Amino acid sequence: MPEAEWSKTLKKIQEQFGDRVIEMHAQLGQDTVVVSKAAIFELARFLRDDPDLKYNYLMDLTAVDHFTRKPRFEVVYHFLSLEYNARVRVKVPVGESDPEVESLTPLWKIANWLERETWDMFGIKFKNHPDLRRLLLYPEFQGHPLRKDYPVTKRQPLVGPKDPQA
Amino acid sequence: MSDSTTITTKTPEETKQEVEKSNKNMMLNVGPSHPAMHGVIQISVELEGEVIRKADIEIGYLHRAFEKHSESGTYTQVFPYTDRLNYVSPAINNFGYAGAVEKLMGLEIPERCKYIRVIMSEIARVADHLTCIGASAMELGAFSVFLYMMKAREWLYELTENVTGARITISYGRIGGVKADLPKEFTEQCRQALKKTREVLEEVDGLLTRNRIFMDRMRGVGVISAEDAISFGITGPFLRSTGVAYDVRKAWPYLVYDRMNFDVPVGTTGDNFDRYLVRMEEMQQSMRIIEQALDQIPEGPTNIDHEGRVIEPDLMADLGKFGKTAGLLKNETLLEPTLEGTGKRVHLQIRANDKDAWIPPKEQVYSNIEALMNHFKIIMLGHGIRPPKGEVYNMVEGGNGELGFYIVSDGTDRPWRVRCNGPCMRPMAALAGIITGGQMADIIATFGSVNMIAGELDR
Repeated sequence: MPEAEWSKTLKKIQEQFGDRVIEMHAQLGQDTVVVSKAAIFELARFLRDDPDLKYNYLMDLTAVDHFTRKPRFEVVYHFLSLEYNARVRVKVPVGESDPEVESLTPLWKIANWLERETWDMFGIKFKNHPDLRRLLLYPEFQGHPLRKDYPVTKRQPLVGPKDPQA
Repeated sequence: MSDSTTITTKTPEETKQEVEKSNKNMMLNVGPSHPAMHGVIQISVELEGEVIRKADIEIGYLHRAFEKHSESGTYTQVFPYTDRLNYVSPAINNFGYAGAVEKLMGLEIPERCKYIRVIMSEIARVADHLTCIGASAMELGAFSVFLYMMKAREWLYELTENVTGARITISYGRIGGVKADLPKEFTEQCRQALKKTREVLEEVDGLLTRNRIFMDRMRGVGVISAEDAISFGITGPFLRSTGVAYDVRKAWPYLVYDRMNFDVPVGTTGDNFDRYLVRMEEMQQSMRIIEQALDQIPEGPTNIDHEGRVIEPDLMADLGKFGKTAGLLKNETLLEPTLEGTGKRVHLQIRANDKDAWIPPKEQVYSNIEALMNHFKIIMLGHGIRPPKGEVYNMVEGGNGELGFYIVSDGTDRPWRVRCNGPCMRPMAALAGIITGGQMADIIATFGSVNMIAGELDR
C-alpha cells in the first residue's frame, strides 16, 4: 500500500516511531502496525495521549502463537478512539526464550485482566504487572493451553478440596 | 448450670476484649455455589460489619476452551460454540463470527439476509435485556416482574424457534448467510409478539420504575464514572448509563443498521437505576428497528418454478436420476424437514452466491453433479471454506456491549486463531472497585446490572 493512502494514525506512528516500526499495513481497511517489543509502552501512551489520535480504549489484548515462525509469539492490541471513531491494531513479536512484554496496567485498568488472561493462555509475562496470576484457569493447571504445542486432549491432574485454614 | 458458671468467671475486661475480637473484619466467600452468583462467580469480600472493605473476583468456573476448540475444527464448526458464548442472545454471536469470516473472505451477503440478521439480532437483544432486568429484579425481591419478563422472553424464543428450529442453541448463522429463510407467517407472528412484549414492558415499568423499594435499592448504588468505564474498556448499556453514547450500531454501522431510525439512550449518573432505564429504553428501540426491518425487507423468490409449479424435493431428485437436469439449478423448492430440519426454503436471497462458502440446497445436491461437487468441496476434510491468509477484527453490538471476533487465517480450512472479545469481562473487572465501600446487600443489585453471562466471560 502506498504511503500516501495511509490513515492519519499510520502516518503519525511512522513519524514518531519510524525506526522501531517493523511493518505497517491496512489490509481489509484495518490499520495494523507491527512494532518492536521495546516500543510498545511508549507507543500505547502516545496513542492514548496524542490530541490528534486519542485512542482512549484498549479494546482487546491477546496473543497469537505462530509456532513455526520466529519470533514465535505475537501480542496483539486493539485500540479504539471514541472521539475520532478510529481503530488501530498493534502487534508485538515476542520470542519463545524470553516471552515478556511491558505491561499496560499504568495506562488502562482493563489491561490488568487482559494481561492475566494472556499469561494464563500463552505464558507470556508482563513486566511491571501488579498481580500476574492466572485468570480463567486454576493455579495448579500445568502449561498454557492456547500454545500450539499444548495437545487439545491433554489431561490435567485433579485437585482435591483445599484446606480453608491454609 | 454450665452457662451461669461461664458468665461469672469472665471479668468485664475479658468480655470487652472478646467483643473487640469478634468485631474484626470478616472474610466471606460469596459463591460460586450461590444462587445470586449464577453458580459461576466467586466474590471474596472482606467485611467490616455490613460494609465491604476489600473485594476480589474469581472467574473461570465455566471455562470450556472455546478458543482452543475453535482451532481444531473447520470454520463452520465454530458456530455451535458461538451459540454457547452468550446463550441468552446466541444470534448476535453467530452473526458476529460469521461477519468476521465474511470480511476476511470479502463475501458480500444478500440484502434479504442482512435484514434477517438484523431482525434476529434485535429479537435476541430484547430477550437479553428482558432476562437481565427480570433476573436482577427477582434478586431484589420483585418476583412477579421476573415471571412477566420470562413470559415475554418465551414469546420471543418461540419466534426464534420458528425461524431457527431451536430456542437457545440455534446455530443459525452460516458463513455467507443464514441457515434458512423466515417462515411465511413470520411477519405477522413477530408483530404480535412485539405488541404483547410492549404490554409487558408497560406493566413492568409501572411496577418498578417509580417503585420506592426498587429505587432505593438501585439509585446511587454501583456508581461508575465515565472515565473509569472507559479505562476499563466497558461498552454497551453499562457504558451508556454513564452518559457516553457509544454504540457499535451507530458508530460502526454493519448490516443495514445505517438505514434504521433509532436512538441510543444514555444515562447520567452511571448507577444501577440508570442501567435499568437504559436497558428498558433499548428494548423499545430494538423493537422499533425490528418493525422498520419488517417493513423494508425485500421479498425473496418464491418456491415455484418457471411454470408456476411448486417442485417437491423428491420430484426434483427423480428428475435428476433421469438426467432431466436442464434448468434445475434455477429452481426453488420447499424443503422437507428431513432435508434441512425445519421445512423452509433455501434460496439465493439468504446465502451469498459464492461457491467458496455456499452450501447448495440439499435437493440440488441430490439431483445434480455440480451441486454435489460444490457440497463435497465445502464439507470434506481438507477442502472446506478457506479464507485467504490474513487477520481481521469484526465487531457487533451484543446485548452487553461490543462483541469482537479476531480471526487469524493461515489459508487452510481451519482457523489459526479465533479470539472472542466478549463485553462481559470489562464490567466484571471493574466490579471489585464498584462494590468496595458499599453494602454487602448491594452486591446483588450491582452484580445483576452487570448482566454477567458466564459463557462469554469464561469462554
